[in-house]
Amino acid sequence: MTNRATATIHGWLLLLPAMACLALFTHWPAVASFIESFYSTPKARRPARFVGLDNYQQMLADPIFWKALSNNLWFALGTIPTSIALALLMAVWVNDRIAGRTLVRMAYFTPTILPMIAVANIWLFFYTPQYGLLEQVTGLFGARSTNWLGSPDTALYAITIVAIWKEAGFFMIFYLAALQAIPPSLGEAAAIEGASRWTFFRRIQFPLLMPTTLFVLINAVINAFRMVDHIVVMTRGGPDNATTLLLYYIYQVGFGFWDTAYAATLTCVLLALLALVAFVQYGWLERRTHYQ
Amino acid sequence: MDRREFLGGSAALAGATAFPAIARAQDAELSFFYPVAVGGPITKLIDAYAAGFEKENPSIKLKPIYAGTYQETIVKALTAHKSGTPPVTSVLLSTDMFTLIDEEAIVPFDDFIKTEDDKKWLAGFYPGFMENSQTGGKTWGIPFQRSTIVLYWNKELFKEAGLDPEKPPQTWAEHLAFARKLTKRDASGNVTQWGTQIPSSGFPYWLFQALTTEADAILMNPTGDTTYYDKPGVVEALQYWVDLAQKYKVHPPGIVEWGTTPKDFFEKKVAMIWTTTGNLTNVRTNAKFPFGVAMLPAHKRRGSPTGGGNFYISKKATPAQQQAAFKFIKWITQPERAAQWSIDTGYVGVSKAAYETEAMKKYVAEFPPAAVARDQLEFAVAELSTHENQRVTKALNDGLQAALTGTKTPQKAMEDAQAEAERILKAYR
Repeated sequence: MTNRATATIHGWLLLLPAMACLALFTHWPAVASFIESFYSTPKARRPARFVGLDNYQQMLADPIFWKALSNNLWFALGTIPTSIALALLMAVWVNDRIAGRTLVRMAYFTPTILPMIAVANIWLFFYTPQYGLLEQVTGLFGARSTNWLGSPDTALYAITIVAIWKEAGFFMIFYLAALQAIPPSLGEAAAIEGASRWTFFRRIQFPLLMPTTLFVLINAVINAFRMVDHIVVMTRGGPDNATTLLLYYIYQVGFGFWDTAYAATLTCVLLALLALVAFVQYGWLERRTHYQ
Repeated sequence: MDRREFLGGSAALAGATAFPAIARAQDAELSFFYPVAVGGPITKLIDAYAAGFEKENPSIKLKPIYAGTYQETIVKALTAHKSGTPPVTSVLLSTDMFTLIDEEAIVPFDDFIKTEDDKKWLAGFYPGFMENSQTGGKTWGIPFQRSTIVLYWNKELFKEAGLDPEKPPQTWAEHLAFARKLTKRDASGNVTQWGTQIPSSGFPYWLFQALTTEADAILMNPTGDTTYYDKPGVVEALQYWVDLAQKYKVHPPGIVEWGTTPKDFFEKKVAMIWTTTGNLTNVRTNAKFPFGVAMLPAHKRRGSPTGGGNFYISKKATPAQQQAAFKFIKWITQPERAAQWSIDTGYVGVSKAAYETEAMKKYVAEFPPAAVARDQLEFAVAELSTHENQRVTKALNDGLQAALTGTKTPQKAMEDAQAEAERILKAYR
């Protein structure tokens, strides 16, 4: 056997464990969901049968699906830009030599290490009408009492803020690492040239951070469709579906209603949506990203 | 890790996977899934019961498995059922009965009831609890951790408002009148203390069913294939609830969180709350003021739905396992044990005999509120339960929340909910 063939076999053997896991737990379930979405839900007396596009038609006629989808888009729109901007701001700030730098960094990172379920329970009391933390603060300014989680006008915002709070610190760490990889000579050169702080950030730091931004952006998008833990604790999708996100609805349909075929259909839509976003990000944004 | 270790690990893993197969060959291995839905050392109590049972029945090996919340437990039990090796017995919501029957996951208890003693045991449970356990002339579940809704009131705030602290409201009219007296506003019109509150997050249907029962309306038929969400009594009940908040402003507006309701009560932000008897021990420990527990106020009649979990036996278990499971269920629901379980947890004792035991008599004498839930059982009705239960219930929940947040009128909300329930249930008639 030639050296080359041995190397190839070696390579594949090394890949095999990871590939097997991926195929078993990621690729196969995705394909199975896709197939299942064309069948009816199997019941004890009625085995699954092929129904073509029935499940998809049911989905298009389902008002809760549309509500969940639009909620999710608003949730994404609310969390992604804000958490990234906030992360960048915090990273630039704690990258400087300020007093108590480690303490501030740690404070910003704390939300990330706390489990979401625990955090959601704490936020539940922040948002509580009358004696919640938020109420006590707004009460000082004489604002009227608001039932943040109990009103369809504010519930989704309340949920969005928790997600931003949770994520921003996590993204900050990536920015901080990237900022420290930028050679200090660039900053010194800019200072000699007399560039302002803003110009330095806009012309030098931000372009050099683009690979990190891309990475963070992808993570933020995925998280916007993946984070539902706090909804389970704080609102369970209510009031009247005002905070139902797509993944939460899939869970409800799949494991609450046991309508597995319809859950598979919704899963396919979520997968298609994420695939589209990933395609745009990798295909288009990456070409515009400057790697060192 | 060296190779020997690795091989050892693999062997152990293979052994572990093979073990259940061997264990299953001995027919008296009994797996038992149970959820925990209230505070307290429930897992420890269950383990103690299991040990006690094994001591009396050495041939049966009982394996209690804590499976999370009710929702997580049914997900695990049904997934295991679909994969072929379900737990022999599990405690699941009584309202999941139709779902479990439709999935052909459980067997009725009737085949195990043979002796006179068995019959007497089955007849001993409160009829209010059996309504959610029987359908089509068969018994599918045995009541275990069951509850009802009661009213808790703050005696101190009653006194401050000039009300008799020993007299809870008896009717809807009184409940409203008391709540108006108990609602306090500051100079700028902000409410600092609400008169009453009925939580509406998560499962508003359950608390709503207390109101509909009191309005003498029913939400579904006993066969679980028709709902009556848009009947006048139901709409009237919803109107009362909505009016408390929107018209009379004695109840917090919007959705009231279930989880923070006891805390609102401890903080004296509300004078009366409606919540489960399961919170009794919690309130007793944390309320820093004298409080009372009462039956819910009546309108056309008194009423509350029951709630909580039943024992079920898996259809896919072997006959010997099923027989062993039956033995265990009968053992754990004996009056002395049911009484102790009720004292330890706050759940209602499931049979009349449980309240006639010495331990229970002593407990009720020391702490009279413990008897309120039992006395109310006489007026209790079956909790809302239908085929495709969670989906049909969600239709009602969405409608209730829409009305309570003011996006729909009660009439319109209930009509929409009924139309959705009708669409789902048509296939089951």
